[in-house]
Amino acid sequence: MTNSPMKNDLVCLTLAEAKVGLHQKKFSAVELTKAYLQAMEQHRSLNAYILETPELALESAKKSDERLAKGEGRELEGIPLAIKDLFCTEGIQTTAGSHILEGFKPAYESTVSANLKNAGAVCLGKTNMDEFAMGSANITSYYGNVINPWKRADGKDLTPGGSSGGSASAVARGLAVAATGTDTGGSIRQPAAFSGIVGVKPTYGRCSRWGVVAFASSLDQAGPMTRDVRDAALMLEVMAGYDPKDSTSAPVDVPSFEMAMTQGVKGLRVGIPKEYRLEGMHEDLVALWERGTQWLKEAGAEIVDISLPHTKYSLPTYYVLAPAEASSNLARYDGVRYGLRVPGKTLDELYENTRSDGFGVEVQRRILIGTYVLSAGYYDAYYLKAQRVRKLIAQDFEVAFQKVDVILTPTTPTAAFALDEKPTDPVVMYLNDVLTVPANLAGLPAISIPAGLSKEGLPLGLQLIGPAFDENVLFRAGRVLEENASFKPILER
Amino acid sequence: MDNRYIYEGASGPWELVIGLEVHAQIVSQSKLFSGAATAFGANPNTQVSLVDAAMPGMLPVINEVCVTQAIKTGLGINAEINLVSIFDRKNYFYADLPSGYQISQFNHPIVGKGYLDIELEDGTLRRIGITRLHLEQDAGKSIHDQHPEKSYIDLNRCGVGLMEIVSEPDIRSAEEASAYVRKLRAIVRCLGTCDGNMDQGSMRVDVNVSVRKAGEPFGTRAEIKNVNSIKFLALAIHHEAERQIAILEGGGEIVQETRLFDAGLGITRSMRSKEHAHDYRYFPDPDLPPLVITTDMVESIRASMPELPDDKKARLMQDYELSAYDASLLVLEAETATYFEEGLKCLQQLTSKTAKLLTNWLIGEVFAALNREGKTLEECPVSSARLAGLINQIQSGVISGKIAKEVFLLMWESGEEAAVLIEKHGLKQVSDDGPILLIIDKVLGEHPDKVAEYQAGKDKLFGFFVGLVMKNMGGKANPELVNKLLKGRLG
Amino acid sequence: MSLDQETVKRIATLARLKLDAERMGSMQHALNSILHFVEQLNEVDTSHVEEMVGGNRAIMPFRPDQVTDGNCVDKILGNAPEVTCNMFVVPKVVE
Repeated sequence: MTNSPMKNDLVCLTLAEAKVGLHQKKFSAVELTKAYLQAMEQHRSLNAYILETPELALESAKKSDERLAKGEGRELEGIPLAIKDLFCTEGIQTTAGSHILEGFKPAYESTVSANLKNAGAVCLGKTNMDEFAMGSANITSYYGNVINPWKRADGKDLTPGGSSGGSASAVARGLAVAATGTDTGGSIRQPAAFSGIVGVKPTYGRCSRWGVVAFASSLDQAGPMTRDVRDAALMLEVMAGYDPKDSTSAPVDVPSFEMAMTQGVKGLRVGIPKEYRLEGMHEDLVALWERGTQWLKEAGAEIVDISLPHTKYSLPTYYVLAPAEASSNLARYDGVRYGLRVPGKTLDELYENTRSDGFGVEVQRRILIGTYVLSAGYYDAYYLKAQRVRKLIAQDFEVAFQKVDVILTPTTPTAAFALDEKPTDPVVMYLNDVLTVPANLAGLPAISIPAGLSKEGLPLGLQLIGPAFDENVLFRAGRVLEENASFKPILER
Repeated sequence: MDNRYIYEGASGPWELVIGLEVHAQIVSQSKLFSGAATAFGANPNTQVSLVDAAMPGMLPVINEVCVTQAIKTGLGINAEINLVSIFDRKNYFYADLPSGYQISQFNHPIVGKGYLDIELEDGTLRRIGITRLHLEQDAGKSIHDQHPEKSYIDLNRCGVGLMEIVSEPDIRSAEEASAYVRKLRAIVRCLGTCDGNMDQGSMRVDVNVSVRKAGEPFGTRAEIKNVNSIKFLALAIHHEAERQIAILEGGGEIVQETRLFDAGLGITRSMRSKEHAHDYRYFPDPDLPPLVITTDMVESIRASMPELPDDKKARLMQDYELSAYDASLLVLEAETATYFEEGLKCLQQLTSKTAKLLTNWLIGEVFAALNREGKTLEECPVSSARLAGLINQIQSGVISGKIAKEVFLLMWESGEEAAVLIEKHGLKQVSDDGPILLIIDKVLGEHPDKVAEYQAGKDKLFGFFVGLVMKNMGGKANPELVNKLLKGRLG
Repeated sequence: MSLDQETVKRIATLARLKLDAERMGSMQHALNSILHFVEQLNEVDTSHVEEMVGGNRAIMPFRPDQVTDGNCVDKILGNAPEVTCNMFVVPKVVE
């Protein structure tokens, strides 16, 4: 990899490499930032950013250089990152990909982005995303579709996946060293898989949700989207940690994920859940999954067949619970205190006008479904039922993790599809999340590793799911997969 | 069924069924789920955090004191404390509800079943069941009278912790409803969990009223919102009962609805804005894990509880032989009880007689004077020690009860001690034989005819002579001594 | 279970969304398709299962009762579309 002619380009460096370069004064944070700002300008057609903040980025890069000069560089000093536009950033427009929040400038900084900034990271801008993180193709953003830097032979524009599509596209194309994402049903892992990068959804409670625009509060988790496994480990260490401002934040220590990464998989028991072998799963993915299993076995892991019997109910469960929570979480967007206001003669008219104009169709669909499943007479049949099935899904994992240490599956059932191939039936679209949703329902950590290419030359991901608060095992096994896959990112092609 | 519970309609007697939902604002420095202040009367939107304004991504974190206050109140109303309770979202759109939902407790409240014993004026005791107490957020305030087409929204109250205390439909009269609210208010004030200030809205009552013929199942009820005084509570219940009876006797049906008490007109009227088909879509708030309380926590709160009004009442009845009604008046307000007990400490002789005297003076003269001047006990110019001083003067025979009333008025005006005023105004009663005998002889000498009548058997005239002697002595003669000496002279 | 237009309208009103006749049909269709999909859940026997609550954290953390926030009118009103006398402004609400 190091022999690649492109490797000299600053934007091709991984986070870990850039960190070394900065500390060894091979280049300055300002130089590194400028290289990214230039790349961002060059690749605006990908529409990865909703807002670029070049002046702020250069200003903060300058400060990083001063610190580095004094030898006071912090964890991520001078590293140019992109922030998904779901994270509230102080004084910087935060839209959640929605018209309803256009122009909204929070007076506060989300805990996760503050953690990154306090570690010296330079924020390049806010990345595009599906509106309120609702989508799997980044086609519901008010600010336009995001395009995957990867191309098929037919040259059609492909989806980078969603909802963190802008972050995925940016990291893959070298428009940020790394980016934050959020994952409610696969919104980090699926776009990571489609774009050939690494994405981690940490354990629920690992990263604070304070200041992250809520979609489905019991499922949302922030996580890193990076070029490789080491970068993900480094970035998650900074993002994670107990936050007393989030009552669901877990008061547990953050270990060194980077150290864990190097421990290998010898003696590790890897579960292969039979229910994840879906009908209609692409043969490329079936083959990749088998290869991944083989790699881990060769590295000393023990392969164990397991069953997660309620897997097929994950999606229907998710599509009751997530809209239910969303319908309530999105009630605050009413045109009174911030964001869009479309006037009306009465207060109710103002609400209806604002919300009907401000929310896109997919968001409105989910609000309506969520409202319905919570409404009088239907709560038990839908919401309560789904919370019970959710418990069964979580129990499936508990049982499995008595026998195995980590679970290996593909991340998605297919490779990235073309934007004009998007299904019209929302349910068909939802099937994209079928392999990622269970980890959200059970609150478990999971990682997607770029592990190969489809016959059409598009990236494919393998997913590892671990027990709660054991991200270590994801980095251990993830690193082994990465080494074996020798995946060549689009930047180096 | 007792008469007092009956409402006479044209078709015969009706029975009232009343249930109360009391919203009591919790005494705490900061709000239930945010660190903004709760103080009353601040400038608009100055006591608002990003959480209260429902900014995107803001999250609630519970205030420990609000939890302990709810537990304390729960123990005060003899209720079970639920060691695990759940916060739910109650979803509805309203201008003063920024998040579009109120965080409340629906299926699993922090406090379960309890009861209150209330005392009626005739001494009857009634036990009123309490269904539950739960924690919830207050809403903001909409101001409608500043602009013809606009309402203004102030979120200072938004997110302040409330306890909603729901009674069983056990209440059968306006008097009972008033007694229940008074009792509840006394308890929360005694515990310091709510200031009970109904004017400022820190205690608000929603009243569910229905009527039925004795023995029949409950009728359809109407809910009267936001009744803000005990006086209005009784008025609202009377009006609503009469309205419902008139409808039913006219062959109509009661509509289940929310009504507002109009204090100006003394009537209840339908709140059309609330007619909007409500469907609150309660579900557990995913931002808040279950509220788990340990038995240690409950026990340490129980151990730190002050003496409750009922316990205090029992103790006063036992120790000083006070009547149940007198004792219940003394414990109704924490300030009264404190005043009384401070007074007891200053009595020279502490007997059931002097305690009774102090009680009578407090709930008689002192309360009457306070009422006259619209003052509270805290503003009373006669301190508890001074009142006890007056009792001491009566008890030791320095002044008579009658003169004491005069002295009390002087104390009220000057704030001085009884002994000083008695001295200054020469009100000390005469207890020497000499001067009294002189007057007796003078009076008898002036009325030889009456003396003759008396001696002929007209006993009633004795009072006539006593009155004349007292009058001649300026009221300051010791009445017992006058009686004795007069009897001696008349033979 | 299938949603008729009446029900869709009722839900839309609850959610303060306006559905004109043009969008009603497609929305109704999409909602029914989703509902049909989630009805698979009825296959699962959950009679002995307690619902999941609280994610990975079973116990609510407490905050001490201190005034740590507020006094930030500018932050509260800074993004508001209409403000008078430091208050948010809405069309008149009739009670």
